[in-house]
Amino acid sequence: MILRLAIGSLGARALTVAMTILAIALSVVLFLGVEKVRAGAKASFADTISGTDLIVGARSGSVQLLLYSVFRIGNPTNNVTWQSYQEIARQPQVDWIVPISLGDSHRQFRVMGTSLAFFDHYKYRQGRGLAFDEGVVMADLYDAVIGADVAATLSYEVGDPIVVAHGIASFTEHDDQPFRLSGVLEKTGTPVDRTVIVSMEAIEAIHVDWRNGAKTPGTTTPTEVIRQMDLTPKAVTAALVGVESPLQTFSLQRAINQYPNEALLAVLPGVALQELWGIVGVAETALLGVSAMVVVTALIGMMATIFSSLNERRREMAIFRAMGARPSIIMGLLVLEAALTAAAGAVLGLGLLYVGLIIAQPIVDGAFGLWLPIEAPSLREIWVIVGVVAAGAIVSLIPALRAYRLSVADGMMVRI
Amino acid sequence: MLQLCGVKFRWPGQGAFGLSLSDFAVHQGETVLLLGESGSGKSTLLSLICGTVLAHSGQVLVAKQDISELSAAARDRFRVEHIGMIFQQFNLLPFGSVVDNILLPIRFAPQRRRRAGDGQAEALRLCRKLGLQPNILPAKAARLSVGQQQRVAVARALIGQPPIVIADEPTSALDAGSQSAFLDLLFDQVAENNTTLLMVSHDPRLARRFDRVLQMEDIAQIESLAA
Repeated sequence: MILRLAIGSLGARALTVAMTILAIALSVVLFLGVEKVRAGAKASFADTISGTDLIVGARSGSVQLLLYSVFRIGNPTNNVTWQSYQEIARQPQVDWIVPISLGDSHRQFRVMGTSLAFFDHYKYRQGRGLAFDEGVVMADLYDAVIGADVAATLSYEVGDPIVVAHGIASFTEHDDQPFRLSGVLEKTGTPVDRTVIVSMEAIEAIHVDWRNGAKTPGTTTPTEVIRQMDLTPKAVTAALVGVESPLQTFSLQRAINQYPNEALLAVLPGVALQELWGIVGVAETALLGVSAMVVVTALIGMMATIFSSLNERRREMAIFRAMGARPSIIMGLLVLEAALTAAAGAVLGLGLLYVGLIIAQPIVDGAFGLWLPIEAPSLREIWVIVGVVAAGAIVSLIPALRAYRLSVADGMMVRI
Repeated sequence: MLQLCGVKFRWPGQGAFGLSLSDFAVHQGETVLLLGESGSGKSTLLSLICGTVLAHSGQVLVAKQDISELSAAARDRFRVEHIGMIFQQFNLLPFGSVVDNILLPIRFAPQRRRRAGDGQAEALRLCRKLGLQPNILPAKAARLSVGQQQRVAVARALIGQPPIVIADEPTSALDAGSQSAFLDLLFDQVAENNTTLLMVSHDPRLARRFDRVLQMEDIAQIESLAA
């Protein structure tokens, strides 16, 4: 009955109570939303590359290797010779190996030379493969495939010509050997979206006339001649490796790291990704802190509302007192009310979050390649809700204490 | 049933008035009307009897219990066990249903709860006696007419048969005809249970129904001390 009367009393002040509930709900949406985006970002980040067991490159740091081979950030310290690459490919543990050659660019996007096997073996988000939005894979030496962001930014379509620049942010262009766009990939939310993909042979071909990073003056080998040349690469920047059985990953990693002829490094992508997330993950904590402050603000708002309602409710409290309710019961009523309000806010917030997720999921995935999973509330989220209700009850103790004093002073006669 | 002797009380604060009362008693089953103009200390006297304020000196006995000996929480419970209150404004919880309003005092008074037995049935019985339709029980108190509110307030005061009923200006909001009908109902119920009734009013026309009529100024002195 007391609970029914508490709900009745809340109902009598429906508008202000609804506003308070809404404020708490929105703060909970924000908090849980940030939490979802954070988890989604972390998962998307970890899903940038999947299905690859080892990334191999010249010896440097694991984060650095991951950054330039997968995220195309920074530059490799060194290349891996084609001979070493071939020896690794011949190791019995190796199921497949995909070479990557970096160093050139098109506008602000990196150009990556690779083999056609890349399209089969590069996986993201728990084993999703690359798919073509338009066109097909490279068929000719001078064919190029671009990621979704490249196509969107430069408004390219299949059949358009592309001229690759030597190096990054360089004015020297390989304009004697233009490429033709053969395909555009679907959005993946990975660095592939921002990459121009050509074949390993094409990378070799555009550098035929180059020696030691500079074009040999006066020599321009015609493309007809280049097509007849042996375009076997001399080096690769990195390689993605899949093993026959996961158990062999570590033995292959050890073998590569101890490769006698060249200083090489093999890293597990998952481990390196976690290391990298440790660095960029500081921002997430800050974001979480800010949204926690919003929840606190909403609860303080509720406390203010309860405070301002006390005066108009002195009569109600006096009635309870006259009917034998101790001042502590009056106090308990207010705390109960606050807990109910906070609970309603938290539950409404959770509901709004799911509605928001259902609406936003495809939009966010399309725009940012960020996949926000819709799942039943996690234990952590349930604790957040319990925490909001408990915090609501705790902050209401302050106005409740004032109600206690008022009801002691007023007794059952309201004297205003 | 009620006995106050040598009671002195002063409200806190500067310029607040005080009340002193040499002797005042109401016996079991008696119906007493206490007449007094506003400002004559009626509310203060009721607060003293109900134990929401304590006398600075003297004794307040309710059902032979010196209420100053009880703790604050025990006084709250003692009050609701022994006294049914009817207020000038009826003081129903507007958002509560009629039945919740009637049952509210016995929620805090185990003895009255025991006497009431099945609360719902008792509430229904009282409503019938007081001429209320049973179908208004689930209605919100705020929707009731003044006459209905008054009957609900009486039912709330009578449920669980408290030995004392105190009514504070219960008729001042009513016209003469309604006043009379209301008093009929109240006196019927009080007589049925041999309940002690203390009614406070400024209206001397009510006097003829009561066993005893007292003037506030005869029993109490107001002390208004200039600060």
